[in-house]
Amino acid sequence: MTAQAGARVEDLLRQLAPQVLGTLVRRYGRFDLAEDAVQEALLAAALQWPEQGVPENPRGWLITVASRRLTDELRSDQARRRREETAAAQLPIDELLAPGPADELPQQEDDTLALLFLCAHPALTPASQLALTLRAVGGLTTAEIARAFLVPEATIAQRISRAKQSIKESGIPFSLPPDPERAERLRVVLHVLYLIFNEGYTATSGPDLQRSELTAEAIRLTREVRRLLPEDGEVAGLLALMLLTDARRPARARADGSLVPLAEQDRRLWKRPCIDEGVALVTEALTDKPLGPYQLQAAIAAVHGEAAPAEDTDWPQIVALYELLERVSPNPMVTLNHAVAVAMVQGPEAALERLSTLDDDARVATHHRLDAVRAHLLEMAGDRAAARAGYLAAARSTTSLPERRYLEGRAALLRDDEP
Amino acid sequence: MKYVAMVYANPGAFEALSETDRNAMMSEADEYLKTFTDSGELLGGGYALADASTGKTVRVRNGVPAVTDGPYAESKEQLAGFYLLDTESLERATEIVTNDPAARFWAVEVRPVMDEAGTEM
Repeated sequence: MTAQAGARVEDLLRQLAPQVLGTLVRRYGRFDLAEDAVQEALLAAALQWPEQGVPENPRGWLITVASRRLTDELRSDQARRRREETAAAQLPIDELLAPGPADELPQQEDDTLALLFLCAHPALTPASQLALTLRAVGGLTTAEIARAFLVPEATIAQRISRAKQSIKESGIPFSLPPDPERAERLRVVLHVLYLIFNEGYTATSGPDLQRSELTAEAIRLTREVRRLLPEDGEVAGLLALMLLTDARRPARARADGSLVPLAEQDRRLWKRPCIDEGVALVTEALTDKPLGPYQLQAAIAAVHGEAAPAEDTDWPQIVALYELLERVSPNPMVTLNHAVAVAMVQGPEAALERLSTLDDDARVATHHRLDAVRAHLLEMAGDRAAARAGYLAAARSTTSLPERRYLEGRAALLRDDEP
Repeated sequence: MKYVAMVYANPGAFEALSETDRNAMMSEADEYLKTFTDSGELLGGGYALADASTGKTVRVRNGVPAVTDGPYAESKEQLAGFYLLDTESLERATEIVTNDPAARFWAVEVRPVMDEAGTEM
């Protein structure tokens, strides 16, 4: 088996995974059992196809193999039930026969969407939503997900099985949510994709390299959602935000894993095609779609992306976008970033004044980002002692090693510079 | 976010409990570990540590290792066991730990584990 054949098969399987699962769930119900059966079929294909070649109808092959596993499972489930309860068979016998690929129902585009809605159901915990989305829609194995999240495989297996149990118990249907709740539910789906992206993006080099695969997977899934919902501005906005953020990845950390702030990044390393695609997406969305927070965040990232040297950054434009973002989606993290942009236009004093409103906000009052931003502004204003104290306070409260190293570094520079 | 929960107790604290408390503690501890392992929040089980006096302390100075017995801190609270949690928040982690029977008799310290990931500023 060549590595190339293996990779091609893997791409194909990930693409087919939600389609096959959708078909099985529509045919048999029982999302929990169908999901297991599809995983087994994917595993069998991953072992066989690179050696023996991809079958002529790969989707039909997977559906047939998964259906056989599922009907075996249903049969033994049924036999068990019969033994235990001596209850009458609950499934008509023809449903227990594995159909051949010829019986295949026409592919429904909505299946992948319905699966995403199911996996990001608000009844599930966020950790379960992420794990289930990656497995059921992304076609990743439990082991791959566990490696990406740096937890034992058994833990991911527990999260997935609990999520499936909740879906079964609460009778969550496999269908698109009805109109009144669909917009809100789509927001949750997009948030899950955003969290998957972020989990991968924030990983620095070194031992966590595998986590960065999550970024590619999140972009792939968001592209799929965009293909299915081309009219939704926020889907386009999220995809643009991911592309524009991911474009900076080669410049955001040094080989030793230390972080490079946006202003100091070597912008020649940024991935230009990602920026171009992101800019085009967000420009189109902002022109004729209702405004939303992902579009605005993408627009801000696009302004940064278009500034070849950092000095060319159009800060007044960024301030204007943050003002809109604060109106559309007010939250203290937006206020913090807004303040940094204000400092670049009006100077650090005006920005420090804005921050004072956050001291009483329980959501950020003790957050290291507030201390870090304030220290940065104080440094700009020339108050080195207060800036140093702020960086050190931020370094104490962050739980990220690269951030702590960065903040301690800034504090040390201020000490060394003192006369 | 990952957290380490560390159980602190005086040496001999377990023996000092009544038999009823000891038995309750044992069965509750097993149940506690199982409940939160099943919820996907407690990672890899719990580790009870032998008395500190059975361990060694290693120091390398100028390339020369010095290995000493102990520590023997007879009366001081020492690390008696630990486990790893992976939860949405510190609030959730402390909520879980309130169910740990060790927290009822002694004290359990919950500390965030530093993450290798980070956001550039």
